[in-house]
Order: sequence, then structure tokens, then C-alpha cells
Amino acid sequence: MDLYEYQARDLFEAHGVPVLPAAVMQDASEAAEAATRIGADSGGVVVVKAQVKVGGRGKAGGVKLARSPEEATQAANDILGLDIKGHTVGTVMIAQGAKIAEEYYFSILLDRSNRTLLAMCSKEGGMEIEQLAVERPDALARVAVDPLVGIDDAKAAEIVQQAGFDSDHDEIASALKKLWKVYQEEDATLVEVNPLVKTEDGQILALDGKVTLDENADFRHPEHADLVDEAAADPLEAKAKSKGLNYVKLDGNVGIIGNGAGLVMSTLDVVAYAGKDLGETDGVLATPANFLDIGGGASAQVMSDGLDVILGDEQVRSVFVNVFGGITSCDAVAEGIVAALEQLGDSATKPLVVRLDGNNVDEGRAILAKAAHPLVTLAETMDGGARAAAELAVNPNS
Amino acid sequence: MAIFLDNNSKVIVQGMTGSEGRKHTQRMLASGTNIVGGVTPKKGGQSVDFADGVSVPVFNSVGEAMEATGANVSVIFVPAKFTKAAVVESVDAGIPLAVVITEGVPVKDTAEFYTYASQAGTTQLVGPNCPGLITPGQSNAGIIPSNITSSGRIGLVSKSGTLTYQMMFELRDIGFTTCVGIGGDPVIGTTHIDCLEAFEEDPETDAIVMIGEIGGDAEERAAAYIKDNVTKPVVGYVAGFTAPEGKTMGHAGAIVSGSSGTAEAKKEALEAAGVKVGKTPSQTADLMREIIAGMN
Repeated sequence: MDLYEYQARDLFEAHGVPVLPAAVMQDASEAAEAATRIGADSGGVVVVKAQVKVGGRGKAGGVKLARSPEEATQAANDILGLDIKGHTVGTVMIAQGAKIAEEYYFSILLDRSNRTLLAMCSKEGGMEIEQLAVERPDALARVAVDPLVGIDDAKAAEIVQQAGFDSDHDEIASALKKLWKVYQEEDATLVEVNPLVKTEDGQILALDGKVTLDENADFRHPEHADLVDEAAADPLEAKAKSKGLNYVKLDGNVGIIGNGAGLVMSTLDVVAYAGKDLGETDGVLATPANFLDIGGGASAQVMSDGLDVILGDEQVRSVFVNVFGGITSCDAVAEGIVAALEQLGDSATKPLVVRLDGNNVDEGRAILAKAAHPLVTLAETMDGGARAAAELAVNPNS
Repeated sequence: MAIFLDNNSKVIVQGMTGSEGRKHTQRMLASGTNIVGGVTPKKGGQSVDFADGVSVPVFNSVGEAMEATGANVSVIFVPAKFTKAAVVESVDAGIPLAVVITEGVPVKDTAEFYTYASQAGTTQLVGPNCPGLITPGQSNAGIIPSNITSSGRIGLVSKSGTLTYQMMFELRDIGFTTCVGIGGDPVIGTTHIDCLEAFEEDPETDAIVMIGEIGGDAEERAAAYIKDNVTKPVVGYVAGFTAPEGKTMGHAGAIVSGSSGTAEAKKEALEAAGVKVGKTPSQTADLMREIIAGMN
């Protein structure tokens, strides 16, 4: 789960990383009071920042300097409701202004390729790190971090030295060790500070942060549940999640249900190829509407929940159920489909193409054939099923 | 011959007394695996009864189980919150192969136990979040269904469980030496490259199927490895061409980040290394069929 900047800031503060005073609001009417309070120590200067989980908000007008409570209110008014790369701003953070002398970069993240952790640090912060890595690779120190040791005194000193800092070694090393605590104790997979700054009076501060938390570690962090922005979630994704389904909404018209993440991903691809192959009919192209993995079990209840979510997607014109019976046998899956359609009754209205293969495939197909549900078509192969479902999406009478 | 697992494998199950562990131990026994024990702390001395009068003893620790039975493979079914401790225990006992089936393990835990195991140097890990591995007709360590394929001459390595099963089923007439489900988490023990290396050395494996998916750069690295080190024909498949950027597609590791980890890049890297890449799982199976036909 990616956090908003203000949530990252709060985690930083909780772990002793130096940050500036700030307030968060959804309503511009609160801006004047917050700006007065927060700006008291900075000559009234505050920064109003859009809270969106996407980069480039500065260029999009999502970050504004304000020198008075009136200007802060105006800035908050301008920013709230702004569309930044498809994300509507619903929250702003007002932070104290800082007189920046130097900008640095620091991050710690999972290094998948080397199956370890990686710290990256640069004296040249502020710009996009991908850009820095390409244009000035020498300016970006990359230091492997042993997951069993973390960033201790020695590792912090190594990072500071490799990044080539001329001064403030202890202050920067101290901030890095506290950022490691954020990474370690919060079960993060990314902690990024850009920029980490030195102010004109010599303070080291984390001015903007990005944190990604590992949802697999939620059992250790019940408090992380409060960080979930339920309002921002897609309603169908929220519904699927509440039923324990692994669902990702896409922008197409062929609903997909399958078992196993790899098989479902593959099913989306095969449907997309079939759609492309068929071409547009009356301006409609068949493309996958979602990712939905019902897992190994594929019981009637799970199948019914899955169909319920998919049929709730108004864009869906047909559904492809693609199940390989490995652990579960196909007859159990077929019974699940029949029972699910019974449960759904009249609310099931879109045609279903079902492909079963694997254990007890003949028994499974026989069960579906016997039920002879008017919405269900049986497919012999995955490729053939994808094509049939794509055809039904572009031409319901096919 | 086979890789990693054969009829000399003596398998213990960590978490055998739990419901998943018990269910899959029964399935492993039914597919011919030599299950010599289970491990559950504080339940040592008990035994668990399975079908056909089979009774499997339970030990308090991996070390005890190894000493009593000569076990050389452990299959781990314990819940995610205890997985790290279970792997550390198996590494401390020095078991040669530990297969971690559990899904939903925090990646910090995996990074830690992977590092711990590689520093110890005594234990090969498979997984986590994987279906395990099977050498058809000899031994089955994990949850891969054994009755959908047969023993033969193809080696299979895959990030995805169900795509593994699909491929095993499509090519069941030719059959497999060993099928390894390495799992789709961001950090895993045994990699595509480890399996490619072992299949290259295995005299009974004539050709290899490699299944990848979006996220990370394991397929690109495997492609580079194949180019330099693998002489046997390799057929590949990559899932996730239609996956949107920034969304996790089921497996924790299946995510396209910016321009990296895309299916297209993986396919191109594999093709540049001389690997034939199928557009669908069935076409991939057909490519393998052609290669095998050309060998006879």
C-alpha cells in the first residue's frame, strides 16, 4: 500500500525523523487557522501541498507557497478539487516554510534482483530520481543493506561517505538510521525522502516522503488499517476485497474469472489477443474487464461472490470462466458454477463461457451440460473460450 | 535422474498437524512421496494416521526429525506469521532442501530468512508462496497435483502454480523429469536460473519449459543465462501483457513498476536469447511438442 505524503510524514515523526510542523485538511476553511499556527515560526510562510499518490504534482499546480493566512486559504481553495493525472485532490497538507540551503535524496527499498535491501543516496536531491540515475549515475550512491543487520552506525557512515557529503556527517547519518527504523518497524518495502534538506540554519529535515507498506505484514500492524483511503478505492474493488476476493478492475468488457494468479493473468492476455483479432464491431473492441483470481478452492460460494462482483460491472458484456482443476477437481468447480447461477437467479444476465480442464474434466463438463443453463456456453480450450467470450462481448447475438 | 527431488528424498512436513498440512501430506503420500515425519513444536511423540494404515510420527523439531529419520527435504505449511521461524529452524538443522508453500509471508521476513539461509549455505530454499516441486513417479514435495501428468523428458520451471499445472496437463503424453514451481513473490529462494542450470546438467532432461510473469527482472536474467550456458532447447511463456502499471496482479511480485517488469520486455529478452516464446499457454505447449518431435 502506497501512503500519502502526510501519512509518511506522520510515520517519520513517530520514529524521530526530523520533519516540519504540518496540518492536514479536506476543507479550505480550515487553512487560515492552520497557516497562522504553523507559520508562526516561519514569518507566516507555509507551503500548501496536494495529497495525491502520483508524481509531478508541483508542475500540475499542486504545490503553492503562501505568505499569509489569506494566501493559504486561496491556495487550498485552488488545489482542492484539482485533477492531477486523473487523481482528484481531496486533501491538502499545510506545512511550515523552510529556508532550504541544500537538497539531498535518500531511499531504502527492496532490491528484488539481488534479494537484499538497497539504500540510495545523493547530494543532488529534488529532481526525479529516475532522471538522476540516468543522467548522473555517479552522483547516486547505491549501497547494499543486509536485511539481518540494517542501517547501523557503520552502514550509515558508509552511505554518507559514498554519497560524498562534505559536512554534517553525523546529522545525516542519524536521520538515515531513523529512516531505517521506519522501514524496519513499519514493514515497509520503500521509504523515500526527496528532498532531504539542510536548512540555512543547518538543520537536516525530511521535507517530502514516500512510503510503501507491505500488506502481507498487516497481521503485525493492526494500526495500518487506519491508513487505507477507502473513499479513493474503486467501489467494485472495495466490494471484492470485503468478500476476500483478489480482484483488479480494468477498463474492458469481458469479465474474467480464473483460479491462480498466473492463469488469470494469462487469461486476460488471451482474451485481449482474441479481441484484437476480431477487431471492432460498431466501435466496440473486446478487452478484459478485470483480474479475478478465485484461488485453488473455487467453491460455489466463492464462484457466486466472484460472479456477483463481475456482473456488477456495467461495462461487462460477457464473462469468461477459465478454471484448471488441479487440486480441486472439475466436477466440484462445475457444481460451484451451477450453484452460483442458482444463487444469483435473475441477477445473472450476461452470457458465460466456461472452460474447464484438468482433473475430472469429463464429469465437470457433463454437469454443466446437464444443467443446460441458457447463459452458459462450454468451451473445449482456453484459446477457444477466450475467442467465444470476446465474440459475445462485441456481438451479443453471436 | 531428475533435479532436486527423487525417490531417495525423505520428506518431513513442518505444520503437518494443521489442516492444510494434513490434507496435503495425504496427497503427497498418495502420489508416492516418502514422508518420514512431521514437525510440530510440543507435539513430538504423537503420530498422525493417514489412509491405507499409514501412520507418520511427529517430532518437536526439524533437528530431531532429521536425526530419527534421515530426512533431507522439508515442506513448510506453517501460517505466514510463523514461517520465518520455521525456515530458520530448518536452516539451523541443516536440511538440504526446504520448500516453503505458505503464501502471504511479509517480504521483510523472506528477505531475512533468504539471507540467513544463503549465509549458512546448507539449505536450498524453494518459495515462499509456491506450489513446490514434483518429480513425477518418484516424489512430490508440495501441493502440485500428481495425477495430471506423467514422467518423461521435459523440465519445467514456473512462477505460477496453475500455469504449471496447465502445462503439465497439456504435455502429459510427453511427460516431465521435474516440475518446479518457484513462486511469484518479490523475493524467492530457488530461481529460474537455478533450475535452468540443474536441468542443463540433468541427462534425462531433453528440453525445458520456462514460465514467467510480470514484475522484477528474473526472466531477463534467465534469458542472459540461457544465452551463455544452456544448450538444451528452451520454450518460454510470459503472463501479464495486459496488466496495468502499478497494480499487483494476485502474486505479490507481479507488478509493473514504471517501464520495468513488463511482459513485453521479458518476451523480447527471451527471444533474443534464442528462446521460442508462445503467445498463449497452449501455443507454448505446441512449440515444445514440435521440438520434441524434431528430436525423435
